[in-house]
Amino acid sequence: MSSTAMRSVSTTLLRQMYRTMVRIRLTEERIATLVEHGDIKTPCHLCIGQEAIATGVCAALQKEDYVWGGHRSHGHYLARGGDLTKLVAEVFGRVTGCSKGRGGSMHLFASNVGILGTVPIVAATIPLAVGAGLASKMRKEARVSVVFFGDGAAEEGHFHESLNLAALHRLPVLFVCENNFYASHLPLLERRPADTLYRMAEAYGIPGVRLDGNDAVEVYGRARTALARARDGSGPALLECRTYRWRGHVGASWDQDVGTKRRDELKGWQAKDPIRRARKALTALGVGSEFFAAVEHDILAEIDEAVVLARHAPAPSASDLLRHVFA
Amino acid sequence: MRSLTYAHAIREAFQQLLASDPRVFVIGQGLWSPWYVGASMQDLDLEFGRDRVIDTPVSENATTGAAIGAALAGMRPIVVHPRMDFMLLAADPIVNQAANWSYMFGGQIGVPVVIRSIINRGGEQGAQHSQALQAFFTHVPGIKVVMPANPYDAKGLLIAAVRDGNPVMFIDDRWLYDSVGEVPAEMYAVPIGLGAVRRVGSDLTIVASSWILGQALAAAETLDRRGVSAEVIDLRSIKPWDRGLVFNSVRKTGRLIIADGGWTTGGVSAEIAATVACEAFDCLKGPIQRVALPDAPAPTSQALERAYYPTAAHIIMAAERILAGARVLAAVQVT
Repeated sequence: MSSTAMRSVSTTLLRQMYRTMVRIRLTEERIATLVEHGDIKTPCHLCIGQEAIATGVCAALQKEDYVWGGHRSHGHYLARGGDLTKLVAEVFGRVTGCSKGRGGSMHLFASNVGILGTVPIVAATIPLAVGAGLASKMRKEARVSVVFFGDGAAEEGHFHESLNLAALHRLPVLFVCENNFYASHLPLLERRPADTLYRMAEAYGIPGVRLDGNDAVEVYGRARTALARARDGSGPALLECRTYRWRGHVGASWDQDVGTKRRDELKGWQAKDPIRRARKALTALGVGSEFFAAVEHDILAEIDEAVVLARHAPAPSASDLLRHVFA
Repeated sequence: MRSLTYAHAIREAFQQLLASDPRVFVIGQGLWSPWYVGASMQDLDLEFGRDRVIDTPVSENATTGAAIGAALAGMRPIVVHPRMDFMLLAADPIVNQAANWSYMFGGQIGVPVVIRSIINRGGEQGAQHSQALQAFFTHVPGIKVVMPANPYDAKGLLIAAVRDGNPVMFIDDRWLYDSVGEVPAEMYAVPIGLGAVRRVGSDLTIVASSWILGQALAAAETLDRRGVSAEVIDLRSIKPWDRGLVFNSVRKTGRLIIADGGWTTGGVSAEIAATVACEAFDCLKGPIQRVALPDAPAPTSQALERAYYPTAAHIIMAAERILAGARVLAAVQVT
């Protein structure tokens, strides 16, 4: 990340994004510990290492915009302003959770911040996001519909059909591909002949941008441009944000079971830690260490409290098993 | 009262829904075509604009997903699949997404989407332009399935489906498009989940829906001439289906034939037979009979089509099978 890029946003925004990334990181590290201890049973797909994408994109959104996610969406939920206490309660399977204990880690909901659902069928929310964009256009609203998905999702028909449909109708949709180079265990280049994801956009006549997904400021800047375009009726865009997940596909492990390649790669990507980079930039802007200490202190206290609340919250009642099949 | 064809009754429901609710829109293949979906959508695009009646790329998955996303965002979309076969390309948005959404998020949001699926068989179209897949979708919790058999219900059930607030699959059959019936001009809803007795009888009950209901009624006419009084029930809704109505009829007649336009194995007829056997076995005077498609894909050649699709004659034979048992029993009792 260039220092020029870091100077392109206000110190206030950079502080805010730093705080958001640390909040995602610390929440997920706590979740990882709780998974290891067996306190959390629901499959958790952690985004540790990828925090800058959710953070940068969500920092550029307006209050009324829609956000859609997938199986790895704790970060999207928190960056968008979803309630941390309800997230923790949800992964504990409690009735106080953001999905009332029906969703677990892979089905998150926070309609108060425009999250109408995150689900683990890969690519499934991409056409749904297009539909929300269509609704927005039909109602002549300036709401953009943003969907986060991984590089694996770009291999689904959902992705291609959706890009075409959104491009055809010039819908206010932002497609955010978090390219972490793995679909579960399988590397990108064993799933496609070339590392050219962003160029898919060209085929549908929309902007496709490849960017450093570990640079919150770059993500923010690119998202702002794409969102402004979407809002003024110029249609969708695809951002390919290149990043790396530090942990395994699912669970708390460091994923070294898939081989030494990942171990070596991980070292390289940890050197590009989005949080450390933001901290360095803030330090260069004169932000003192007391800021970083206070952020960590406050967030850890918030997480501690959320975990205590979740542990003591009731599970859903078995008598409610058949409720909510229909709304 | 005035009469309309089945296709025009569907069109009128669309027309009134679009005119009365700005949240309603229609999306699907063939909607701007003069022939693709028959008269059922004719010129709606001209009347309401092509931004509310949207013809689409050949992308069942994305268009169905988009309808669901728009529903979650507060609209009342109707997605149209001109062939039920093609709709299988949208199985993910229908089954994994729409049907599960309310439950997955603890009832915090509903999916007010209507999926109109058209059965268009016969005419030597063969295996991939003929399938009646209603049973697939009744298997899935979280989705309602309706199959109107006449113009009145076609209009009323489509309106009810849009007003329901949950995913509803509306299945209409091209074989019914030219059938004529009385249809009120005003908007009205036929309640989802309520069947109707189309003919009162006392000797046996025939449960049917959609196109095959006509075969059931024709069979009942013939049986009547032979001195057998058949009660005919139109399910109208396949899920939920009107158990009370069927149970009451079977309690009266003691004999049940289920006629369904889909396959036999794992089909709608299997579900109803199993439910009646489990919950009203004591009322039955003989074995339940099923009249449905054989377990084979739809053929093309007319010679095979004639053998493939059940008719009133098959229903009459089923009635004879149950009644033959009854006559044997009666003969034994007399001697």
